[in-house]
Amino acid sequence: MTSTFVGMPAFPEAARTALGDSQLRANLAHATSTIRAKRARVVGEVDDWEQLRLAGAAVKDDVLLHLDEHLVRLEEALTANGAVVHWARDAEEACAVVAEVARSHGVDEVVKVKSMATAEIELNEHLEALGIAAWETDLAELIVQLGEDLPSHILVPAIHRNRAEIRQIFTDRMAAAGRPAPDDLTDEPARLAEAARLHLREKFLRAKVGVSGANFAVADSGTLVVVESEGNGRMCLTLPEVLVSVVGIEKVLPTWSDLEVFLQLLPRSSTGERMNPYTSTWAGVQPGDGPQEVHVVLLDNGRTRALADEVGRQALRCIRCSACLNVCPVYERTGGHSYGSVYPGPIGAILNPLLRGVGTDEQTDSLPYASSLCGACYEVCPVRIDIPSVLVDLRAQVVDAPRGGIPKPEAVALQAAAAAFSSAARMSLAEKVSGFAGRLLGWQLGRRGRTSLRRIPGPGAGWTDARDAPLPAAESFRSWWKRTGGRDA
Amino acid sequence: MVTCLNDALFPDAAKAVVRLLHRLGVDVEFPEGQTCCGQPMVNTGYVEEAVPVVRNFVDAFAGYDAVVTPSGSCAGCVRHQHAIVGRRSGDVALQERIAETSPRVYELSEFLVDVLGVEDVGASFPHTVTYHPTCHSLRLLGVGDRPTRLLSQVRGLRLRELPQASECCGFGGTFAVKNADTSVAMGSDKARHVRESGAEVLVAGDSSCLMHIGGLLGRQRSGVRVMHLAEVLAST
Ligand code: SF4
Repeated sequence: MTSTFVGMPAFPEAARTALGDSQLRANLAHATSTIRAKRARVVGEVDDWEQLRLAGAAVKDDVLLHLDEHLVRLEEALTANGAVVHWARDAEEACAVVAEVARSHGVDEVVKVKSMATAEIELNEHLEALGIAAWETDLAELIVQLGEDLPSHILVPAIHRNRAEIRQIFTDRMAAAGRPAPDDLTDEPARLAEAARLHLREKFLRAKVGVSGANFAVADSGTLVVVESEGNGRMCLTLPEVLVSVVGIEKVLPTWSDLEVFLQLLPRSSTGERMNPYTSTWAGVQPGDGPQEVHVVLLDNGRTRALADEVGRQALRCIRCSACLNVCPVYERTGGHSYGSVYPGPIGAILNPLLRGVGTDEQTDSLPYASSLCGACYEVCPVRIDIPSVLVDLRAQVVDAPRGGIPKPEAVALQAAAAAFSSAARMSLAEKVSGFAGRLLGWQLGRRGRTSLRRIPGPGAGWTDARDAPLPAAESFRSWWKRTGGRDA
Repeated sequence: MVTCLNDALFPDAAKAVVRLLHRLGVDVEFPEGQTCCGQPMVNTGYVEEAVPVVRNFVDAFAGYDAVVTPSGSCAGCVRHQHAIVGRRSGDVALQERIAETSPRVYELSEFLVDVLGVEDVGASFPHTVTYHPTCHSLRLLGVGDRPTRLLSQVRGLRLRELPQASECCGFGGTFAVKNADTSVAMGSDKARHVRESGAEVLVAGDSSCLMHIGGLLGRQRSGVRVMHLAEVLAST
């Protein structure tokens, strides 16, 4: 299963810590607003963007409906192209395949293309425990790895870091991992990129085994596709003798021509570019060109569980573009670490519970509530995942999971509210009591005429810690209507 | 449909709807059986508990030509979530009644512009105002620029642009309490943008969001008032 970052508390507590970090909030606000503006500009150029989104969703829905058939076709095509296909039910099985490939070649290091699937299964930690170093070669992944940090964004895992922090990490940590950073390193982006390039080049040239994921896997031709920006992926996919790719089973596309839709949707949604700089495709082994031993690990790890969820299965359409993170007002303020997973933000709030199952632990169950349901994510999602509706459905699953046990205070409160709301007579009585209590409270506070409260005791304190609360009106609308029939409005 | 929040806490917003609709010649009734749309339960995950609330809703509002509500959020709940509650109930008759009632529920600006076909409602409000498009009006219902079209016809009203207007204020129902810190962080940024707009009055179509932003503006002693769209449109 997707594991939680070790010891991560539930979302509200994790968010509270993150909100107190003003540097983090400044870094995130700057980074997300820049990328939002870029995306909006390039999406605005495409006249048929809404049609493209519909097409993307339709292709993915067809894939999910016939997943079994597409996967078998993919396996056959890959095998015919000379690749070795492995099926992995969970993280452990997938990691074991990669470790076995590395061991069979007697290597103690591999180079990696940025990949969410391998982050999800914690491949690096697994390999490290076996004495195999997994070197991340994407710039942001390198920053996270060298800083012994956790990723906080799908596309830009070091989004929580600014340039000065990155310079410090390079200066302090590069030497222990290989070629040291230059002594006179500054925090200019070009100098930082140059330091990373020099550091990584040694690793590209030396490594015998490359590890990747795939953005898409085309069933009819048995082709894997990696979309990237830095060219590090191209290096990892072409230089090593052996290549292992860990691919989530939902990444399959029926035909090569389906790629057309996604290669328009993905770059514009993720980096805000019309087209990404590097798109690598490979169909098994090409004699004399690139890796001569190619493995593909098809990963389930909770995906079939998500597929069985009638409302939630649309989350498997996700192409990991991160557009939903960049527009999310919650993500922008709490950062990715608060979600306790390599999948943060709105997609993380639904994908983690769907992959792991609701009712597994408190942290997972807190994620569907980490949203104000504002709908900004749904509006930008290139494959039209209705994240707010999935969130609401998952909340119902969280509530339903322990039904019959000891009810939480929240359940008691909402059940009482529901009882009051199921009849106007009961609600009217409740209002009279609260209106009277409100008047009494206002009077007691010696603030007659005031309409707001500075402090509510008990559970309401969460509201008044930073916000004034309104006093119940002395006369409800309902009583006013009864008295006047609406005539003196 | 007055909504439970307006009924108990903000009756002036609901009275303003009555005043405005009377002025426009609409025959207004307040079905006294009404309570709540059920959104607080549904959005917290208590769909089972929402069944009797929705049943009460369709009982109260059956048979009207149009149901008008001064809340984008409640209208959104009725149009998008009542069907979910109906499915959960397993009661086919209830599902049919929901399908019959839901499409006739309008948020105030939709009703004025689309059903009555008016943009100038004959209001006068000589103040500097900024408008916050609440998430559910904007994204769930798609009311677009209907509210600002209505406001721009109000005599004496000066409309100021709200920076980053379409960003959520952070209310989010029980989110405001369950994730109070995040909610307040979002609301504080919204309140700052409201102050930056230079407006004396913040207007929105949902009392819930106004209660949240207004609570922050009040705590900050900003001097900016909050008013429901209905109250501005009812002013003469
Ligand atoms: S849910 Fe949609 S917007 Fe978010 S990462 Fe996935 S594809 Fe992109």
